[in-house]
This record gives sequence, C-alpha cells and structure tokens, in this order.
Amino acid sequence: MSSDSSSWARALVQISPYTFSAIGIAVSIGVSVLGAAWGIFITGSSLIGAAIKAPRITSKNLISVIFCEAVAIYGVIVAIILQTKLESVPTALVHHPESLRAGYAIFASGLIVGFANLVCGVCVGIIGSSCALSDAQNSSLFVKILVIEIFGSALGLFGVIVGIIMSSQATWPAKA
Amino acid sequence: MYGWEMLSFNIHDGFLEAIVRGNRSGLLTAADYNNLCQCENLDDVKMHLTATEYGPYLQNEPSPLHTTTIVEKCTLKLVDEYKHMMCQATEPLSTFLQYITYGHMIDNVVLIVTGTLHERDVNELLEKCHPLGMFDSIASLAVAQNMRELYRLVLVDTPLAPYFSECITSEDLDDMNIEIMRNTLYKAYLEDFYKFCEKLGGATAEIMCDLLSFEADRRAVNITINSIGTELTRDDRRKLYSNFGLLYPYGHEELAVCEDVDQVCLHLCS
Repeated sequence: MSSDSSSWARALVQISPYTFSAIGIAVSIGVSVLGAAWGIFITGSSLIGAAIKAPRITSKNLISVIFCEAVAIYGVIVAIILQTKLESVPTALVHHPESLRAGYAIFASGLIVGFANLVCGVCVGIIGSSCALSDAQNSSLFVKILVIEIFGSALGLFGVIVGIIMSSQATWPAKA
Repeated sequence: MYGWEMLSFNIHDGFLEAIVRGNRSGLLTAADYNNLCQCENLDDVKMHLTATEYGPYLQNEPSPLHTTTIVEKCTLKLVDEYKHMMCQATEPLSTFLQYITYGHMIDNVVLIVTGTLHERDVNELLEKCHPLGMFDSIASLAVAQNMRELYRLVLVDTPLAPYFSECITSEDLDDMNIEIMRNTLYKAYLEDFYKFCEKLGGATAEIMCDLLSFEADRRAVNITINSIGTELTRDDRRKLYSNFGLLYPYGHEELAVCEDVDQVCLHLCS
C-alpha cells in the first residue's frame, strides 16, 4: 500500500472490492444489452423496409435478430455467473489482498464481456442489415452472408470465454 | 467520421434505404424491355407491364389505351412512391428529397409561362406538368406579364423564391427571356443543392457532388450549343454557367468563346 495518503493507488485500494464486483456485474449485462439493442435496431429497420417489396425475407432474416439477441443472453449468463462468485467476508478481511483480487477479477471479467458483446452486437447488426438488403435482391446470397454473420457472433463468445476464465480467479479469503 | 457512419445511419435512414433498394428491384430489366419490344399493340404492352411492379396502376384502365395514359399511370407510381418516402423521411433527408423536386418545379414554371405566351389553355398545360413539381398556386402563373410580376404574384411563396433574386427584370416575357430565366434558376438551384450536399458531408457529399458536377457540366455544354447563333453575348452566356463542376472555371472560359459545335467538341476533348 502506498505511503502517500492522497495518491490514486491508495484511493483505488480503499474502494471496497464489493463496489468493483457490483460495477463489473452491471457493466457485463448493461453494455451487452446495449450492444444487442443497437444491433437489433440496425438489422430491424433495414429488414422492415426491405420486407415491403420482398415479404419472403422476413422469417429467414429473423435469424439475424436472434443472433443479436444471443449477445444479450451472453451478458445475462455472465452476470449470473459473476454474481454467484460474490461471498461475504468478515469486515476485517474486506481489504485483504485476496478480497481485492476477487473484486478486480470480477470487475475485469464484467468489462471484458460487456465491451466484447457491445462491438459484437454492432458487428452482427450491420451484417444482419446487409443480409436483409441483399437477400431481398438475390435470395442465394442469404446463406453466404449468414456464414459471415456467424463468424461475427463468435467474437462475443471469445469475450464470454475469457470472462468466465477470469472470474474463476475470484476467490475470497476463508472465514476465520 | 466517415468510417463510423454505419453505427448511426439506420436510426434515421435505415428504413428508407431498404425501401429504395426494394424499389430498385422493381425497375424494368433488360428482359422486360426485350419483351416490350416484341409487342404489336398497346394491349400487349399493358399485358407485359401487368406482370411488373406497374401492374396495379394499369390494371383498371379500359381497353382503348393511349400512350399518354400509360405514361401518366407509370409516372403516378413514381410520384406515389416518392411522396410515401417524403412522408417517412426525417431531416436532413426530407430537405434532400425536397431539393430533388425543385428541378421539376422550375421546369413546370417554364412550361406554364411558355405555354401562356403561345396562348395555350392553362388546364391543358397543367396536365402536362410533372406531378412532382406541382405547388398550390401554379395555375395563377398564367396571369404574369413579366418576371417581376411572376415573382411577386406567385413564386414568392414557393421554395424557388431565393433562386429568383438573380433574374428579376421588368422586361416582357419572350422565348429568349424565359430560356435565360430557366437557366439562371437552374444555376442557382444546382449551386444551392451542391452547397447543401457538401454541408451534409460523408457518403452523400461524395456521391451527390459528383452527380451534380456532371449535371452542371452537362448544362454548361447544353447552354453553349443552344446559344450558338443567338444574340446572347459571351458574358451573358458565361453568367449562366454554374460555379462548380469539372469544367469550372477554365473550361467555362473556353466554352464561352465557342462559335460552333466543332469548337465545343475540340475544347471538351482537350
């Protein structure tokens, strides 16, 4: 711990690990849902417009919307996993190094999942919108663009995997 | 930032973009035109068109068809779709769509004024106007005797009013004056549209500025060729060219001194 009583390092250490954990959990679900919602409105607005002249595309292109939706589900799953990692420790051990590590691990894991899913949602949304537009013109393009979309949605899974591994680092000191 | 446009583009314009792309797929294809070429009479044409997007508009037309009816109904489809998009559009797209109709408005004004000069019936003229360029008081254009009246009685209430500031004179209208008025209006209109597109930036500026430059160049060549052999002086001619485009400014100087079509060709090729 820093000896200088007014340094940033000291301020960060003084923050309760539970604060970091809570922010991590909030970011993991909140930012994931932001990404999913962003993707859905990009896909949805194009899909609705394109479906006016080519109604056959609607049901097929719901897949794009579901891909965006999956991004929000990743966020929910990770948020649930993260909140199961929370344990209560005696007040004396709240600033124990192990508690701090658990707090940072949950925080970082939330950030990873949240922002990975944000960009993944936008990516899937833009591809989904192109997918709807091109499917309306030429239906043989649908499957080809769907492959691209699957690769896009895999990006979010990377974030989820790393987030879960990271959160397994979160252990709290045993109760004395 | 250009690269990030896709993030927020769909908030305002995603729906309409998709509609426009849908309309594009409704255009007649080369195969359609081949079929139309084979037609022996207008009923055959109607039959072929029924299978396309124009079908619903031609369906209920009684059998002795006229070419004008077909054109009118097909234009009606365009106008209906355009008006639908105008209703759906938000700023700045709605202004952009408005700008596109101003060109038709100028043509309509010129059509009515020329027609009245040659003592045609106003109702007959109104039928010939493009429906996209209609405005409320268009029928009263016929009473105007000179530009000043034209402006004060009718056009001051239309979006064309600012473009008129260049050409308000008290001279009586004649064919030459009207043609000069049309080109001055077009010049002001194209420049205004160009500025508007530049202001929007991004992909709009990139694509529209090229298109408008082409239109400005085309009009410059058009004015030059049409004014050969008339009493229009070089300076007057120079004034009608738009102040942008690929030919601006040096090409315009060269075009302004051209005396015949061969010289125009020579200048454009070099």
